[in-house]
Amino acid sequence: QDAQEKDRAIPPERAEEAKLKAKYPSLGQRPGGSDFLMKRLQKGQKYFDSGDYNMAKAKMKNKQLPSAGPDKNLVTGDHIPTPQDLPQRKSSLVTSKLAG
Amino acid sequence: FLGAGGGNDIQWCFSQVKGAVDDDVAEADIISTVEFNHSGELLATGDKGGRVVIFQQEQENKTQSHSRGEYNVYSTFQSHEPEFDYLKSLEIEEKINKIRWLPQKNAAQFLLSTNDKTIKLWKISERDKRPEGYNLKEEDGRYRDPTTVTTLRVPVFRPMDLMVEASPRRIFANAHTYHINSISINSDYETYLSADDLRINLWHLEITDRSFNIVDIKPANMEELTEVITAAEFHPNSCSTFVYSSSKGTIRLCDMRASALCDRHSKLFEEPEDPSNRSFFSEIISSISDVKFSHSGRYMMTRDYLSVKIWDLNMENRPVETYQVHEYLRSKLCSLYENDCIFDKFECCWNGIVMTGSYNNFFRMFDRNSKRDVTLEASRENNKPRTVLKPRKVCASGKRKKDEISVDSLDFNKKILHTAWHPKENIIAVATTNNLYIFQDKMN
Repeated sequence: QDAQEKDRAIPPERAEEAKLKAKYPSLGQRPGGSDFLMKRLQKGQKYFDSGDYNMAKAKMKNKQLPSAGPDKNLVTGDHIPTPQDLPQRKSSLVTSKLAG
Repeated sequence: FLGAGGGNDIQWCFSQVKGAVDDDVAEADIISTVEFNHSGELLATGDKGGRVVIFQQEQENKTQSHSRGEYNVYSTFQSHEPEFDYLKSLEIEEKINKIRWLPQKNAAQFLLSTNDKTIKLWKISERDKRPEGYNLKEEDGRYRDPTTVTTLRVPVFRPMDLMVEASPRRIFANAHTYHINSISINSDYETYLSADDLRINLWHLEITDRSFNIVDIKPANMEELTEVITAAEFHPNSCSTFVYSSSKGTIRLCDMRASALCDRHSKLFEEPEDPSNRSFFSEIISSISDVKFSHSGRYMMTRDYLSVKIWDLNMENRPVETYQVHEYLRSKLCSLYENDCIFDKFECCWNGIVMTGSYNNFFRMFDRNSKRDVTLEASRENNKPRTVLKPRKVCASGKRKKDEISVDSLDFNKKILHTAWHPKENIIAVATTNNLYIFQDKMN
């Protein structure tokens, strides 16, 4: 019976795959590489729609900041940042600590 | 010089550590590349903040025969700045992806440094004299009224405190749509290649407004994209030959004499996969993160997530040697995928012995001759000079012996991705997240 169990032993990679699919059932049919490839190519991409932003600014003069719900037309999706949301990019004027 | 006399294993000792002690690591201080120059006298590091720091080895003190010269700061400069491409709405990181030294031709030193989009040629020169005794200028630079000059003198050069200056001599920009992962200087010392995810370009070191595309794997329809370029390197001796590795674990060797566009490889190196082992993770962990030629150019070494492979250029269908770096991680792939560690890009280097990094600030060495391997740790706890580093051991499962560390206790935030080996001596540079360790072999 021991030998039979060994034959049915799941390779560690497959066992890990089963764990992952159990946690994320919607994980794509495609092998793990593809989605990650597209993400890699899009690194650094920031989306900003100036039209939407200006419209929203104009309408918001007299209102509070909109919530994501009923006022969906004021903000295009929740992934598109406004300039305030973008982190400020500063160049490193400080010397590296390796040189300290 | 390496194990040549009887195959004695090298005993590594702590020599120096550079960088901040505190645990709170500023993003800019994350080391992103480490490279010795051709003589080993200079050691350069690049970081996420776009800065380059160059260390210089002290001249050997004849009375101190027990250790080799220490490395001290020689020069530091801001190589790249963050940019924003407004046309493409793309944020361009200043992180230095790679540094490559040019061989020294005159008194100055030259290196290429690159971020995701732009390669720069930097000249590092020393100034240890300055002219004094001008007739029309005071020592502080103010101009003298010519009518007050009554006698003439000949200006002379007088010694001054050494000043090391870095200046950008060439800027190679606007040739990469995707993110540059590699640069490699050709053995002709006139040209170099730069590789991004989908394309490889050939440059002349003197010419910045033109670049030749030599590899283009961009599919006509991006939906069909299955593979990207992960690393590229010129052959050390053959100036028309280069290799590039892919995210699918293949290496292609190309010969520029065959055609102007090397989309068709001359050789394809790929280890056949065991279909019964295939899983969701197979392709991800087969992605090659680094490729390095041997000095002779007869062999090349590749690093994928779990192993290092040595390939004979004459044999395409499988590697001649495979070394497991941290096989115990194979049964942790699910959590390594969730915390993104499975995408970490480890580099490798060799000097007869293969060296590569791992987690928990461990790094691994494989002796190809004796087939012995060792795991060492870069830690400030081991920082007594000339004390031999103690080998570490990870316990995969079951009973953990004393001094062993279990897989689940490994710190996956402490990654050694970048290491470098001195070209001539047994000195190695190992970068942890924000510190640079230098180890040497025990002399005597």
